[in-house]
Amino acid sequence: MITGSIAAIGAGLAAIGAGMGIGKIGSSAMEGIARQPEAASKIQTAMLIAAAFVEAVALFAVVVALV
Amino acid sequence: MDCSHVFDFKVSRLIVVFTLFLAFFFVTPLLYAQEDTLKTTEAAHAEPEAEKKFNLGKFALHHVADSHSWHVFGDYTIGLPVILYTPAGLVTFNASDFHGDDDAKVVVERAGQRFVSVHDKIYYASAQANEHGAYAEHDAAGKVKNARPLDFSITKNVCTLLLSVVLLLAVFLKVANGYKVRKGKSPRGIQSWFEPLIMFVRDDIAIPNLGHKYERFMPYLLTVFFFIWFNNMLGLIPFLPGGANLTGNISITVVLATITFLLVNFNGNKYYWKHIFTPDVPWWLYIVLVPVEIIGIFTKPIALAIRLFANITAGHILVLALIGLIFVFNSVFVSFVSVPFALFIYGIELLVAFIQAFIFTILSALFIGMAVEDHH
Repeated sequence: MITGSIAAIGAGLAAIGAGMGIGKIGSSAMEGIARQPEAASKIQTAMLIAAAFVEAVALFAVVVALV
Repeated sequence: MDCSHVFDFKVSRLIVVFTLFLAFFFVTPLLYAQEDTLKTTEAAHAEPEAEKKFNLGKFALHHVADSHSWHVFGDYTIGLPVILYTPAGLVTFNASDFHGDDDAKVVVERAGQRFVSVHDKIYYASAQANEHGAYAEHDAAGKVKNARPLDFSITKNVCTLLLSVVLLLAVFLKVANGYKVRKGKSPRGIQSWFEPLIMFVRDDIAIPNLGHKYERFMPYLLTVFFFIWFNNMLGLIPFLPGGANLTGNISITVVLATITFLLVNFNGNKYYWKHIFTPDVPWWLYIVLVPVEIIGIFTKPIALAIRLFANITAGHILVLALIGLIFVFNSVFVSFVSVPFALFIYGIELLVAFIQAFIFTILSALFIGMAVEDHH
């Protein structure tokens, strides 16, 4: 017997999407740093901002699922 | 007006300030402490020993929510002042008058009005108790139907807000004073600990986004950065000085985002407004683009508020859920898995506490930078 709400599935889907997004950002940032180690700090800042935007979408989904 | 000499204390005096601050809340509860424990043991015996199912969701949400009392350990809680605005004027009493009751069973009578507490919200009590002995009416969805007075109470979050203000003032007036006294010399003491952080906000957040106009916005960026960071860290302390989930409270983050919103729009120059109302596109695109840009003004701060709120709340719920697993499976062996995991998440949360403060500040700087940027 399965109990729970359909919102949990939505939250899970959002987590998959955000996971793929942040994975892509992280891998690209790492490639960038490997090519140009001297730009590491700039790449890191840009990476964090981009990750925050992706993460925000996932967290919106969590909030919607909670409400 | 220079009042900084008032705060010109050494660390020992800092401790005195904290003690006084906490003492303010400790005075009344000591009177109630004994009575409190008596009541709760009574209640525990009175309830039938039926195995109540542990509700993980309720447990987690109760712990991230604001509260009228501050839990210390075991049965001991500090009741915080309750301030209600009713038609008969202001009504004040201590939250420990409810004796830890949260199901509308204990009625507090003040100024001819009767109040009950349900899930840390104060309601007017019903005239008669229902079949469960509760002085509150519930509708079909389980929501309380009773009317609520306007609640201006000093809740746990308000206490933490005041505490963090004291903490920030104490730390930063000392740091600022250090720069005043030893002008041009190397930093000393707590000053050397904060200098790299202040430099980080200036060199990595303000200057890249705001250019040569950075100095005007430094006070706001520094304040918001350290306010969020300190409160994130205070929220991670599980016992008394911390324990409140201040930055995980939507009202606080909305206020912070509103300040950013006002700063962006009051400092927006003509290029900023031109970009919104008459962008460089064919005129028939305005039908789509102008509404989108106008919505964009509001979605930016909303996203800012929800990002901080959801990040901190999600982190707290995660830790609570992992600890709660022990009670869901009702076995001590689960703790061998869940406690290391919770510890790991705590480590991540320390990082997130910093990153979220950084993200909020850098995005504020970015939005302000876009509004004040010169035309090129």
